[in-house]
Amino acid sequence: MDLLRFATAGSVDDGKSTLIGRLLYDSKSIFSDQLAAVEAASAAKGDDYVNLALLTDGLRAEREQGITIDVAYRYFATPRRKFIIADTPGHIQYTRNMVTGASTADLAIVLVDARKGLVEQSRRHAFIATLLRVPHLVLAVNKMDLVDFSAQVYEQIRDEFVSFAAKLNVPDLAVIPISALLGDNIVTRSPNTPWYDGPSLLHHLENLHVASDRNLIDTRFPVQYVIRPQSAQHPDYRGYAGTVASGVLKPGDEIMVLPSGFTTTISAIDTPDGPVPEAFPPMAVTIRLTDELDISRGDMICRPHNAPTPAQNIDAMLCWMTERPLQPRQKLLLKHTTRSARAMIKDIHYRLDVNTLHRDETATHLGLNDIGRIQLRTMQPLMVDPYQRNRATGGFILLDETTNTTIAAGMITSAS
Amino acid sequence: MTVPEYRMSHLRALEAESVHVIREVVAELERPVLLFSGGKDSIVMLRLAEKAFWPARIPFLVMHVDTGHNFPEVLEFRDRRVAELGVQLLVASVPDAIERGLVREPPDGTRNRIQTPVLLDALEKDRFSAAFGGARRDEDKARAKERVFSFRDEFGQWDPKNQRPELWNLYNGRIHLGESIRVFPLSNWTELDIWQYVAEEGIGLPSIYFAHQRSVFERNGMLYADNEFCRPRPGETPSLRRVRYRTVGDASLTAAVESEADTLEKVIAEVASTRVTERGATRGDDKFSEAAMEDRKREGYF
Repeated sequence: MDLLRFATAGSVDDGKSTLIGRLLYDSKSIFSDQLAAVEAASAAKGDDYVNLALLTDGLRAEREQGITIDVAYRYFATPRRKFIIADTPGHIQYTRNMVTGASTADLAIVLVDARKGLVEQSRRHAFIATLLRVPHLVLAVNKMDLVDFSAQVYEQIRDEFVSFAAKLNVPDLAVIPISALLGDNIVTRSPNTPWYDGPSLLHHLENLHVASDRNLIDTRFPVQYVIRPQSAQHPDYRGYAGTVASGVLKPGDEIMVLPSGFTTTISAIDTPDGPVPEAFPPMAVTIRLTDELDISRGDMICRPHNAPTPAQNIDAMLCWMTERPLQPRQKLLLKHTTRSARAMIKDIHYRLDVNTLHRDETATHLGLNDIGRIQLRTMQPLMVDPYQRNRATGGFILLDETTNTTIAAGMITSAS
Repeated sequence: MTVPEYRMSHLRALEAESVHVIREVVAELERPVLLFSGGKDSIVMLRLAEKAFWPARIPFLVMHVDTGHNFPEVLEFRDRRVAELGVQLLVASVPDAIERGLVREPPDGTRNRIQTPVLLDALEKDRFSAAFGGARRDEDKARAKERVFSFRDEFGQWDPKNQRPELWNLYNGRIHLGESIRVFPLSNWTELDIWQYVAEEGIGLPSIYFAHQRSVFERNGMLYADNEFCRPRPGETPSLRRVRYRTVGDASLTAAVESEADTLEKVIAEVASTRVTERGATRGDDKFSEAAMEDRKREGYF
């Protein structure tokens, strides 16, 4: 059994909570005491139906205001797969939460109300999913029961979305007509949509091939921690612990360490359960090398003929996540893989209107939830790849050095 | 030619994520401590810490916030496990804190809520900048919203509305003096994952997790052990039943469930088919309000 992480974006109106409630309920992941608590809370609020949103909106402020504010993580499993849902809010003022949820997702579900068709919000959600390079997208055309399961309505929405998605470079798209409330095409194919020949949503989630989404070509191993027991049993042991970002490593492989550029070979790949013949993402292992080199946290192990260029000038798409706006010349701390470096914003190329994708090249700052393209310079070189090619070595976060808060997420477009 | 798939099971993927988190804390924060109660989640967390640094020893201390209301089987297990690993155990004792006047014994004798000041006091006294906790997001809806690296201000408080965004596997552990980070390496594990991992790894657990005969009585629909910390009141009659514990906490608050599951296989089958959440079935402390956990976490609870 493997693991699939997916993100859902939407608001109560789109039926997002109903959909999640349905998936959890049908996979028997809602418990009777949780359901009883939700029933009691719904009754107390005077709702005339069981409000499944109360199941997922966990914070007092969310329940009081009836909105989803922050990302919540939910879990369910079928005999085929374990699923982690990043349940994110849909409103534009929570774009940063959506970006957060999408950052680790293998798949994103964008929900539309069949009665309303594609709206600004659906395009924004699809755009954010592709910006974060979520490899699989599902457009769930919900509330099909309210349009008499009309093939025509479904096809119109599908065609419109497909032509929009073509502009976004969506790697893999499925469009599924559903009724989250009644369960049509959620677990099994619905008899109400004989004109639809695709899988049910759950079948799609269970059978989607995600193993090949990882980058298994470019070997990247950011050194996280150096293990030196200096014990009687292991007096000379020196291993480099970390999580494989991409590519495959094997004992005997010739490797290069950046930024020093020294080369050597892998002598062993250790785990507490014994040595392994190979390591691939996202394994957490400890690598031993043939030669003793000066290697520390923040260094990158790669292959001599496939190495990222150590770079200090970085072009990136940025999602700004804090109230105080980003200004040119602002100094920040950048965290990329296991390396941190001070950075300065050199230029704001443009701010993107996330609804229309219009680029405002006159923008002089980025505000909370804005997305834009910027250039920055770091004090030390970073070993980066374009985010399009490598999510693990193409993404970074920016921290405020005074408050220590995380204030932006960046996706590298190019570097030198 | 077949192309290798490089597949990983969900348990190995979760394990790798947790190991990454634990290493990240040690690399970035100066004085971490691992909260270890002898319960199944903290036992798994300790195993993951062991794996993260193998063949070196775990490079931090282990702390138990001890309410004084313990199951003897659990204390015995705690001490044995700590000795095996060669790590140093600190005990932050609630009874001592009551004696010192740091906290006052609540009239109902339950010590869950007064653990918080004791924990905060111990963290501050030893200047720990990070504390690993075994909490999982599937346990409670407030926890479902909490970060893996959860920032605490100088009063140890959690501010759910003002959490740091957490993207990819990039964690922000930067703090000022006096502030701290609670780290939850098991955030993405479920109760079933824990049990499957325990079985796959052959991890030992205190015996009370498996079905046994015990004298219990019913209170508010839950089964409490008749022991020195929790006596039946008039009208509550103890009887001998076959039970096991799904969670291990304060012995005056943690309820048992009726069960025939006396082996790992049977426990996994039981957990996979249960229709009641772990905390709902066993914790008196979460029943007070819709937001009981959120409120306690704001104060600095685990």
